[in-house]
Amino acid sequence: MILKRPSFWLILILSGIFIYLPLRGQNVPLREDLVLVAVAIILSSNLNLMIGYTGYVNFGHIVFYGLGGYIGLYLTTVRGWNLVVAAFAAGVGVSFLALLFGLGILRLRGAYFALATIGVLEAVQAFVMNFNPWGRSTGMYLSFQSYQSWGGAMRALWIDYYLIIGVMAASLVLSLGIKISKFGLGLFAIRENEDAAAVLGVNTTVYKAIVYSVSAFLPAMAGAFMFFKNGMIDPFVAFEFMLSLEGIVMLMLGGQGSVTGAALGAGMYEWLRSYLLTSPKLSDFQLVIAGGLLLVVVLFAPGGLIGWVYRLVPRSRGVIE
Amino acid sequence: MIDGLLVGSVYGLAAMGLSLIWGVMNVINLTHGAMIALGMFGMYILFGAITGHPYLLLVPELGAGLLLGIVVYWIAIHWVIGRPMLMSLLSTFAVNMMIIGIGTAVWTTSPYNVNFNLPGISIGSYTFTGNHIAAAVAAIVIALALDLFLKRTRPGKAIRAVSDNREAAELMGISSTMVLSVAFGIGIALAVASGALVSTLFPFTILSGGVYQLKSFVVTVLAGLGKPLGALAAGVLLGLLEGVVTPFIAASWIPLIEFSLFVVVLVAFPRGIFGKVAA
Amino acid sequence: MTPLLEVKNVSKRFGGLLAVSDVSFTLNQGEILGLIGPNGAGKTTLFNVVNGVYKSDGGSIRFEGHDIAGELPHRVVHLGLARTHQIVQPLNEMTVEDNVTVGACFGREYLGLGAARAVAREVLEQVGMGTRGKLLARSLTIAGKKRLEVARALAAKPKLLLLDEVLAGLNPTEIAQMIELVRTIRDRGVSVFMIEHLMQAVMNLSDRIVVLNFGQKLAEGRPEEVARDPQVIEAYLGDPNIAEKLTDRN
Repeated sequence: MILKRPSFWLILILSGIFIYLPLRGQNVPLREDLVLVAVAIILSSNLNLMIGYTGYVNFGHIVFYGLGGYIGLYLTTVRGWNLVVAAFAAGVGVSFLALLFGLGILRLRGAYFALATIGVLEAVQAFVMNFNPWGRSTGMYLSFQSYQSWGGAMRALWIDYYLIIGVMAASLVLSLGIKISKFGLGLFAIRENEDAAAVLGVNTTVYKAIVYSVSAFLPAMAGAFMFFKNGMIDPFVAFEFMLSLEGIVMLMLGGQGSVTGAALGAGMYEWLRSYLLTSPKLSDFQLVIAGGLLLVVVLFAPGGLIGWVYRLVPRSRGVIE
Repeated sequence: MIDGLLVGSVYGLAAMGLSLIWGVMNVINLTHGAMIALGMFGMYILFGAITGHPYLLLVPELGAGLLLGIVVYWIAIHWVIGRPMLMSLLSTFAVNMMIIGIGTAVWTTSPYNVNFNLPGISIGSYTFTGNHIAAAVAAIVIALALDLFLKRTRPGKAIRAVSDNREAAELMGISSTMVLSVAFGIGIALAVASGALVSTLFPFTILSGGVYQLKSFVVTVLAGLGKPLGALAAGVLLGLLEGVVTPFIAASWIPLIEFSLFVVVLVAFPRGIFGKVAA
Repeated sequence: MTPLLEVKNVSKRFGGLLAVSDVSFTLNQGEILGLIGPNGAGKTTLFNVVNGVYKSDGGSIRFEGHDIAGELPHRVVHLGLARTHQIVQPLNEMTVEDNVTVGACFGREYLGLGAARAVAREVLEQVGMGTRGKLLARSLTIAGKKRLEVARALAAKPKLLLLDEVLAGLNPTEIAQMIELVRTIRDRGVSVFMIEHLMQAVMNLSDRIVVLNFGQKLAEGRPEEVARDPQVIEAYLGDPNIAEKLTDRN
């Protein structure tokens, strides 16, 4: 069923491109650019599950990424675990925590839920800043030993890159799979009218908790892989509120609720950001331009790019997921 | 501890603006932090230009805030009023990003100061900073003025009517759009004023508003929506809590306590501890 | 034979207001039971209590012999009781077919997506919306939305269907079509409990009627009996000869 969808094959092709391009000539700068895009895609497509599919705005999404990074780094550096196993453990651990928190805050609707997610993000950051085993506000550093088990730093970073691309592909496939499933249908019903969905038989409490928990898994793994690559982590880079918000902007830009939209939005935003950062005059205005862009999208094209395409070409609704 | 009470009343003033806007038009104003920061810089500029009593300068700041708020209303809020909450969250956030961006370009991120010091009052072995007392007094005065405005004047009653039931208010001949824009303006004016007061207490940058915005959320959630005096009381409570806890616990734990309290109150008391529930 | 739905001494209080007060009635398999009464009598509240949206303050509700009081709405649907709303609740940004598919997926049979879509298409044919499957729900007229609401509830394959003022806001032709639809639903084996203000429809469609006023049950019985009840006439009907006038015309 999912194999029949053209989008599925497009995802594989996209991932292939991401792997192939920097491989030609061992192009490290390109790899570094692409990894940022990949992480953006991971974050926005998993966020899409909450915002686009279920209609619950998660402002604190980055907490999954940051926690994943911490758990991953801790397990590899302090406990000497294998990176992949550590990343999996991070994914499972953070999902489980998300389930616990989710059962509490998912009873809140609309803006209250959004605020609660900010509260959770800030509370987790504040906690980590006081948590000794994780280095409090200084954070942790990766010991070089961890790279040795992969054959040295250079090789480790390449393998880490592939792993991140793998997580990106998994994120896109996951969002596609959910969208075309019965679970996804239930989520969309919740988004449209939660009370009506309950009356129609959707177990809203369980569904919301599951999607919140699932939306945490892959970002947590991505965090583990990314901070392994960066070699260090501290509460400021791990739980940057701005990153959470950028995730939302990307999603709105591309078109929330659509798999392609999440990916496109992430790509467009990263392109815009790198362009703004490198252009000397505009880098000060990065925030202003991003803000202006967001305002324009919200006022005139709330469906984002894909929403606009759907309106132009109604038939595309069934084709572009 | 008394100091906590004093600073807390400024927290309360800051929260009042947020609470008013949320209560009247069900919009969570994410420009709040940026407006507070603008208030800080506004006081800095005015005080630099006109050496006078900073507390008198509050009046033009309130006026400027009102105008600014009305402008922002027409740019970002008016068009998203009926739409899902996410839209107004994002539109106000977008404006916030733009203000912070421009502010950073103009003022960079180095700290600024308003050099003004009122003599303190000493009672026994305690000294209370003059600035803190004056700020608290100003906050309380403004809060009372707002409360009177909402309850006794026609425009105030119009605001309350629109926040209760917009359609019914329109049927009574109230131009709800005008009312909403003014209410938003008042909310911004309050934020600006609180920023102006904070500038006399602590050094600040364009990013300092963020901390007060978060505190405003905590206070608003504690107090419930749309009740200015409730927000003042909750702000004082928060300040008191901070004041009491600080000597005993390392400062780094305070954000954790505040945010955990915030989440717990949100989940356990959706109506706030004293207030009403939003739509 | 045990009644399909047995409501005994059910009450619902909201703060100081007793919206439903000690109401008892039964609904038998295969019948159309009407629920009438002035506005504010507690009819929709009663529906909400029966289908789990509100928790009752006392009393029992038995559906097919099982106690369902206190069950959550999604569980009630799984047991075979579906409902429509007085103010239609379409899933706006989803297609008509998707709307009905939700009903089929999460209803009594809890079907998988493929089977549910097939059921949805069937049900849409039955209600006469077979060609409108790909339209977005928000683009329908009010009559279309009402019909969609009914289709969605039917897709859950309920044994009992609760209809809340399904005729309100429809023009005479649409009303006639909807009445036919309700009859067909019953003829296919689904029992119906309907709130309705349109006396002509209620008198003609219902096998029996329950009358509510100020949260209390005033009468329960066949349409002709209820229509002659002096309390019912005083509280709601007004005209003592209404039964004859309306049933004559049919």
